[in-house]
Amino acid sequence: MSMFNTITHSQIFVLDQDEALDFYVGKLGLEVTADVDMGFMRWLTVGIPGDEGRQILLEKPGPPRMSEETAEQVRALITKGAMGGSLIFTTDDCRKTYETLKEKGVEFVDEPTEQPYGIDCGLRDPFGNSIRFTQLKG
Amino acid sequence: MGRAEEDVNRRMLRARDAMDRAYAEPLDVPTLARIAHVSEAHFNRTFRATFGETPHRYLQRRRVERAMFLLRGTGKSVTDICFEVGFGSLGTFSRTFSAIVGRSPRLYRNEVKPTAYVPTCYTKAWTRPNA
Repeated sequence: MSMFNTITHSQIFVLDQDEALDFYVGKLGLEVTADVDMGFMRWLTVGIPGDEGRQILLEKPGPPRMSEETAEQVRALITKGAMGGSLIFTTDDCRKTYETLKEKGVEFVDEPTEQPYGIDCGLRDPFGNSIRFTQLKG
Repeated sequence: MGRAEEDVNRRMLRARDAMDRAYAEPLDVPTLARIAHVSEAHFNRTFRATFGETPHRYLQRRRVERAMFLLRGTGKSVTDICFEVGFGSLGTFSRTFSAIVGRSPRLYRNEVKPTAYVPTCYTKAWTRPNA
């Protein structure tokens, strides 16, 4: 019996929030669930249309949350592909989604491949974050 | 450190992703440098500065990791695996594998390994043998 009900938010670091919107909304087809100028930060979240209970915070590293020196380290890690910020989606048709996104210029690192659990592939966002989507078996 | 270096990181990452994807093909510095949009002269040094090892070494370890995967999970012959992962000769493969993994391909295959469900992207990243 858990104390919690669901995961509502996860977070990934991005280098630029407008560029992130061009990618996550413009190319991947997610939708903005919140875009609020809080003064101290721009609270920007996206989600899958129809799955609003699960949001992704697109956060830009910088002061005052962290020093500029730390933000530089974070940006270096993102662009080396070493930040955690991984997202894994499910899809009804991996190959079709792959073709659609490829046509939009999305950078793939892994083509649709048969796995024990289904078919999946991998891509990167403009900054270096890793994204995968899976067509599950059955 | 600023935007310019972040761009370089990102381009080095692109070249590294190409090695992760096309490890079975003969990859050379000119090809990888072109993917990264840097000059050949700078590519090796810049890649090493970014990721802590030369592209050649990264590619070798990727190929050995894939060989370890095939040795564990298939019944393919050591020779077939050697060529499937991109080595040009069985001698080079055996030597490189043993130096990196600490035992020969055959001995490695004979070890019994517990398995658990782990997405293959994680297996691919985390079972890479140490430098």
